[in-house]
Amino acid sequence: MSFASHDSATRQSQGEAITAEEIASSGAKAEDATARYALLLGDDALILSQRLGAWVSRAPELEEDVALANIALDLLGHARFLLTYAGTAWDKTEDDLAYFRPEEEFRSCRLVEQENGDFGKTIARQLIFSFYQHELYSRLVQSTDTTLAAIAEKALKEVDYHQDHAAQWMLRLGLGTQESAQRVQAGLDSVWSYVEELFTDVEPITELGDIAVLPSTLREPTLNRLHQVIEEAGLSIPDMSGAHGADRSGRHSEQRGLILAEMQVLARQHPGATW
Amino acid sequence: MSPENHQHAPLHLADEGDAATALAEAEAGQHRFDELIAEDSRIEPRDWMPESYRKSLVRQVSQHAHSEIIGMQPEGNWISRAPSLKRKAILMAKVQDEAGHGLYLYSAAETLGRPREEMYDQLYSGKAKYSSIFNYPARTWADIGAIGWLVDGAAIVNQVPLCRASYGPYGRAMVRICKEESFHQRQGWEILYSLSHGTEAQHQMAQDAVDRFYGPALQMFGPPDGDSPNSQQSMEWKIKRFTNDELRQRFVDMLVPQVEALGLTLPDPELKWNEERGHYDFGDLDWDEFFAVIKGNGPLSRQRLEHYRKARDEGAWVREAAVAYANHQAQGRDRDQAALIGA
Repeated sequence: MSFASHDSATRQSQGEAITAEEIASSGAKAEDATARYALLLGDDALILSQRLGAWVSRAPELEEDVALANIALDLLGHARFLLTYAGTAWDKTEDDLAYFRPEEEFRSCRLVEQENGDFGKTIARQLIFSFYQHELYSRLVQSTDTTLAAIAEKALKEVDYHQDHAAQWMLRLGLGTQESAQRVQAGLDSVWSYVEELFTDVEPITELGDIAVLPSTLREPTLNRLHQVIEEAGLSIPDMSGAHGADRSGRHSEQRGLILAEMQVLARQHPGATW
Repeated sequence: MSPENHQHAPLHLADEGDAATALAEAEAGQHRFDELIAEDSRIEPRDWMPESYRKSLVRQVSQHAHSEIIGMQPEGNWISRAPSLKRKAILMAKVQDEAGHGLYLYSAAETLGRPREEMYDQLYSGKAKYSSIFNYPARTWADIGAIGWLVDGAAIVNQVPLCRASYGPYGRAMVRICKEESFHQRQGWEILYSLSHGTEAQHQMAQDAVDRFYGPALQMFGPPDGDSPNSQQSMEWKIKRFTNDELRQRFVDMLVPQVEALGLTLPDPELKWNEERGHYDFGDLDWDEFFAVIKGNGPLSRQRLEHYRKARDEGAWVREAAVAYANHQAQGRDRDQAALIGA
């Protein structure tokens, strides 16, 4: 299928989900800056998926094993679309980019790299990221790049569920028991200083015009909605400014290398192999 | 609802009149039950059933559910290291399916009057059994292929006849589970096929995994018919339709052409076609090992339970919070209603 001649990939394949394979074979070729943007978005999704995947068989309830695996799987799907599309600019596959890129070339934000911690911290991280991602994809569906718009359209439906899941848990933990309120507040406090990074206008986004969504424009709506849920859950918005020291430029958290070491180990033991 | 206060459980009798009525009801119930079994119909949750039938089903269905839950561990262990994003996505979906299967099966057991918490507690305490294959480690990526092809393959052979099990909720859960299991087996086969036709190191990895999982997978059908205490009654009740050995034979017959297509071998020098029987002959399995693993001495028996307990323990505060929240909400609704009536 070709994306180039149509407004939207999902509209073209009505009723069917787009797949990474379809993007790879569509003949769509991303410009270098667009590809670097797709990579940045894809890296966030990939790393968070990797983190959430670690919950499988460890969740507080069986239904939650299903839910967290489902969210991880959705995010992995988004990562596959975005990395595949990014790869079209440089003749690389999603796996070249995921498994054979060095740590410092990833563009993921520090929020998604944070350790899972307890369920309270995971839900705090998930609330922030899914609210941000929802605002982002709600606008990216208007991208003048038809492939990015199609990916956003597909992802948005899933993120809609992710944010509901996180918000429902935020209320239950915030208003549940004293212990749960303390734990989820500690989770919010632990990750809150990485919120500002999400809204930093970094390159190549600043050069992309209507292809991309400028992160700074997402700040107010995302924070407003976050504040609303956190207050409804009887919790406090952490009073802290953004943690200094990273702008998605490769000066990332300490955790990224560990995450990638685990993710990439087998693929790197067998370079050139197919699986 | 506990089995004790289930409507069909033994009643507390006030006088002899009640006793006579209960006896008559039980006789009529047994008669109807026997008829339903004889005509190959389904027993449904509200039907009368013998206590021993109920107990036997609860044991089988909950063991099956526990197996799905513990089975998430060896495969979950490879989600983070899956060697391609496509394989990672497939594996994640598969492990998620297993959690879903656990949910269907616990729900089926709940229709027999056994609360889910009670089943969790039995698994937690180590009293409950689950398929002993999951006490073996998933050491390499090829093990994910072998688990899919051999373990899920054996599960399918075992479970397809269970779709016709006489207890309705169990049979219906199995229909859905079998559909997903066949996808799981296929992905396992594909993993092994790619490895077998890949580099030399990948081929060896695949052969090693098949060598390790073949015997334990054949043992998933349970001990030989002579040593299987529950089989005969289960067959009469039409929960089970074939004996352990019949199913094992069916599985071996199925594997031989598949392993040839994979370009791998099965680790049994005695395996050969028997023209007279129309089946493959195969060598004896190590039943001492099987019973040792069942008794809790598998390579990872303790670790699997510790992992499960840790997750339950660490999640306790979350479950308490969810219950507390639900209670607050219900109280809030009661207050609102009271205020409304007061106004």
